[in-house]
Amino acid sequence: MHLEGGIIKQIGENLVVPGGVKVIEANGRMVIPGGIDVNTYLQKPSQGMTAADDFFQGTRAALAGGTTMIIDHVVPEPGSSLLASFEKWHEAADTKSCCDYSLHVDITSWHDGIREELEVLVQDKGINSFQVYMAYKDLYQMSDSQLYEAFTFLKGLGAVILVHAENGDLIVQGQKRILELGITGPEGHALSRPEGVEAEAVFRAITIAGRVNCPVYITKVMSKGAADVIALARKKGPLVFGEPIAASLGTDGTSYWSKNWAKAAAFVTAPPLSPDPTTPDHLTSLLACGDLQVTGSGHCPYSTAQKAVGKDNFTLIPEGVNGVEERMAIVWDKAVASGKMDENQFVAVTSTNAAKIFNVYPRKGRLAVGSDADVVIWDPDRAKTITAKSHKSAVEYNIFEGMECRGSPLVVISQGKIVFQDGSLSVSKGLGRFIPRKPFPEHLYQRVKIRSKVHGLHGVSRGMYDGPVYEVPATPKYATPAPSAKCSPSKHQPPPIRNLHQSNFSLSGAQTDDHNPRRTGHRIVAPPGGRSNITSLG
Amino acid sequence: METPAREPIEASEYLLRKLALPEFSTRRVDSASSAGAQTYQALSDGLLIRGGKIVNDDQSFHADVLVEDGLIKQIGEKLVAPGDIRTIDAHGLLVLPGGIDVHTRLQMPALGMVPADDFFQGTKAALAGGTTMILDHVFPDAGVSLLAAYEQWRERADALACCDYSLHVDIARWHESIKEELEALVKDKGVNSFLVFMSYKDRCQCADGQMYEIFSIIRDLGALALVHAENGDIVDEEQKRMLELSITGPEGHVLSHPEEVEAEATYRAVIIAKQANCPLYVTKVMSKGAADVVAQAKRRGAVVFGEPITASLGTDGSHYWSKNWAKAAAFVTSPPISPDPSTSDHLTALLSSGDLQVTGSAHCTFSTAQKAVGKDNFTLIPEGTNGVEERMAVVWERGVASGKMDENQFVAVTSTNAAKIFNLYPRKGRVAVGSDADLVLWNPRMTRVISAKSHHLNVEYNIFEGVECRGAPTVVISQGRVVVEDGNLLVTPGAGRFVPRKTFPDFVYKRVKARNRLAEIHGVPRGLYDGPVHEAVAPAKAASGAPVRTSCPGKISLPPVRNLHQSGFSLSGSQADDHVARRTAQKIMAPPGGRSNITSLS
Repeated sequence: MHLEGGIIKQIGENLVVPGGVKVIEANGRMVIPGGIDVNTYLQKPSQGMTAADDFFQGTRAALAGGTTMIIDHVVPEPGSSLLASFEKWHEAADTKSCCDYSLHVDITSWHDGIREELEVLVQDKGINSFQVYMAYKDLYQMSDSQLYEAFTFLKGLGAVILVHAENGDLIVQGQKRILELGITGPEGHALSRPEGVEAEAVFRAITIAGRVNCPVYITKVMSKGAADVIALARKKGPLVFGEPIAASLGTDGTSYWSKNWAKAAAFVTAPPLSPDPTTPDHLTSLLACGDLQVTGSGHCPYSTAQKAVGKDNFTLIPEGVNGVEERMAIVWDKAVASGKMDENQFVAVTSTNAAKIFNVYPRKGRLAVGSDADVVIWDPDRAKTITAKSHKSAVEYNIFEGMECRGSPLVVISQGKIVFQDGSLSVSKGLGRFIPRKPFPEHLYQRVKIRSKVHGLHGVSRGMYDGPVYEVPATPKYATPAPSAKCSPSKHQPPPIRNLHQSNFSLSGAQTDDHNPRRTGHRIVAPPGGRSNITSLG
Repeated sequence: METPAREPIEASEYLLRKLALPEFSTRRVDSASSAGAQTYQALSDGLLIRGGKIVNDDQSFHADVLVEDGLIKQIGEKLVAPGDIRTIDAHGLLVLPGGIDVHTRLQMPALGMVPADDFFQGTKAALAGGTTMILDHVFPDAGVSLLAAYEQWRERADALACCDYSLHVDIARWHESIKEELEALVKDKGVNSFLVFMSYKDRCQCADGQMYEIFSIIRDLGALALVHAENGDIVDEEQKRMLELSITGPEGHVLSHPEEVEAEATYRAVIIAKQANCPLYVTKVMSKGAADVVAQAKRRGAVVFGEPITASLGTDGSHYWSKNWAKAAAFVTSPPISPDPSTSDHLTALLSSGDLQVTGSAHCTFSTAQKAVGKDNFTLIPEGTNGVEERMAVVWERGVASGKMDENQFVAVTSTNAAKIFNLYPRKGRVAVGSDADLVLWNPRMTRVISAKSHHLNVEYNIFEGVECRGAPTVVISQGRVVVEDGNLLVTPGAGRFVPRKTFPDFVYKRVKARNRLAEIHGVPRGLYDGPVHEAVAPAKAASGAPVRTSCPGKISLPPVRNLHQSGFSLSGSQADDHVARRTAQKIMAPPGGRSNITSLS
């Protein structure tokens, strides 16, 4: 393989290369496309703090782990301009990032002016993915109606819809209850957000997306329940994608009960890690069989001091765990080294599928002539123990502390340059480029377009109903403003107007003013199944 | 309240005179319910049912039944009738406990209209079909308290009902004093089930948080939470979309209430109920998706019950596309009848296996003229179908005659399970000594075709028109009196008694109580965290008043106060004021997994 100018020039056996090119011996090692981490939060604001790893620290860690591209989340303050926040993130990342990056924009509130901003982001700024929240009540949370509207609009733009799926209403109730019980530690975080709450929201998101006929992408699949809902839904037809993260694949939530507060707090993220220790196995199996498609990290670590803001109240602990550096090694160890998936599926779930979904394929996610020279030489035999002593992140705790991973990157090449070799990093700040992404990724939207065509809706053509019509009394029975049991409230529907062209006289002998309410014995002469009142019966 | 109650009675009296029923002279309509049982006993003179096969939910056996004073007095072989009482020959017939229809709406207001079948007409039809008890839904209009609505229903039903009845109360809107109202209803009024709506946006729809609170109240009271499970937000959006596509006919109703929306809400209700550790009962299971959700939830251990109705078991939703508007409109109900024709088979199979437990009818009929209010806009069509009369026959035909369930399971799903769930057992739902003499003599060999020509309802269309049912009641006995015999009805308005129900039904709550004991959660006893704490920056960054992220709105969570007893000095060299925002590279000397900052580590 010959790399030049940041792209792959040639692939073949016994290549003849021009002089002055550095040759790396990769005998017996695998050459794979660099990992794409689809979910990082390197600048997430939380109660006035920002995550401990910024774009420099985070991307450096990413490269050390074999990830050569990240897609970070822009989190605007609710109500503030998406564009302004996007520019802020763009600027921060441009100056600090060591590897290529792209950005998701989180829709933290749904308001009127947002549609124009979204259009601008999609058409001019190279953003094709937006995240909506079903949790964080009174802050980011959107109601089902808003979700429906947002999905409809984003589908029109050809965007990928990401969903943070947790039922915010139930979480608030859970938190209230747990605090009332006097539980204030990190275990309260897990107790107040049981798995069902995640699975429920996933189910709801898929239902709404199914109605709108749009693809939906569930970020951070943390529990078996949520993963199963996705797997089942895929079998029924909706276009659903699920992203487990390094944390849910590599560890479990039993540490929330750790006696060491700082350690327990380090695991706090939302949705929480499942206390069920069989979860990583289950999620890995679903990844291997294709029911889940991509892996992210949700990397958003906070230092112990920052976490300690919530030392007396778990609801104040800033949420987020590490994982950007460990992701590739964990997936390899749990899935490939255990025999669940082959190396090709490994490439698919760590890189290729992400590139396809987010429309950067085949520039990223594939080793082919013309693709970006983001390459990892992977040593499947080298075992490495994850520990906070040697990790590149700025935080004190590593949630995977002590985990031994078979398989790790030997050489990492980003944009054609060696950035990591033999354990030493040589990165430079600001080298990462922003990768713009086009809307309507084929991988998602081809099917959506066809389905829209196939599932056109048509009414039944009938003649006008010209039988008797009950006159709705103008004044309601119980001195109240008649909550009509059936009219949709959002539209102002005038009460049915009396048709002056229609005669009130009927052969049955019943007259208009016969229709008083409560005349229980009242019969209309229209023999059931018999004579129809419709004039133009086909 | 006097006037509204009077009018329907007069209407019924008129009807009765017309029909010249003999018992009109023997019994005046009596509005006081308390007198009901006593005055009634004088009327029933005892019955002996000979030679029938008694079918309960657990076993069948041949025996005679002696009925006296409205109760079953003796069961045994070759009983001798005391004195001169009437003997009914039941050879070749099954003696079943009378059906319990767990879901009717005989007084449901819709757009200021009342259903075509009121308590008289509805219970009359019920008896004709072999159902001897109904549970009707009290639906309070806006501005009417639950208690007042309950009284309205009692007044009407006491005057008009021909069979025993009980009431569910619908919580149509959330308000502050709901807890007191529910408590009063449970403690003094004999109501132990309440329904919340997840649909009908901006009218009755309940938010998830409110549902959790209501469920918590219901659990503490020992009542049962009923849900109408459909996602109202999505339905609302879909209705808008259909009208925009200018689909205004009844097919718009089913298109805007897709199955997934029902399944979704069912799933959500199950999760909320699980959180609140409250037993859940899903009314009107209309689709395969929703039924599967209930079945799966049961497998995962949730205490949940599902109620398919006559309409979902006996017909399908293809009729919404009928060219005949009036016929299509007759099928409009919510959730709609599924257009998938395999639905009824699937639901029957789940009923047979016990994944679904009870059957209702959701009987709430409107005449064609009433339905026609929505002739130009399907969202205005009043919702409801018939089914109270057809329920037993439809379940028999689909379940027993097709070989899916045996006669015992038939009794379970049409009567016994309902009695157990709603705490009427064994007074109702069983043929046993001491139980109420609500009996049906069922002829499994009789075939009837359902038709609007012969039904006992006030509407022009019967949604089961033309369905042939093998199996029908020949004699129906309510409170020890024969009310149906060979197709003749001998009913009395006002004969029906209100049956109060106690809380904490064993069938439901035994498990819940045990789980409550087990589910106690404890925090982890830890020492106080005494390490450095990042000082949260004052809300300078966010001009939007910086809402604290996940603090629950109910309690005021104080910002972390700096502990004055705690020294800001630490051996790590980092100082209290070091923790300025954005010092990303900051390290605290607490080696991971190693030395802890907690003083009192055990």
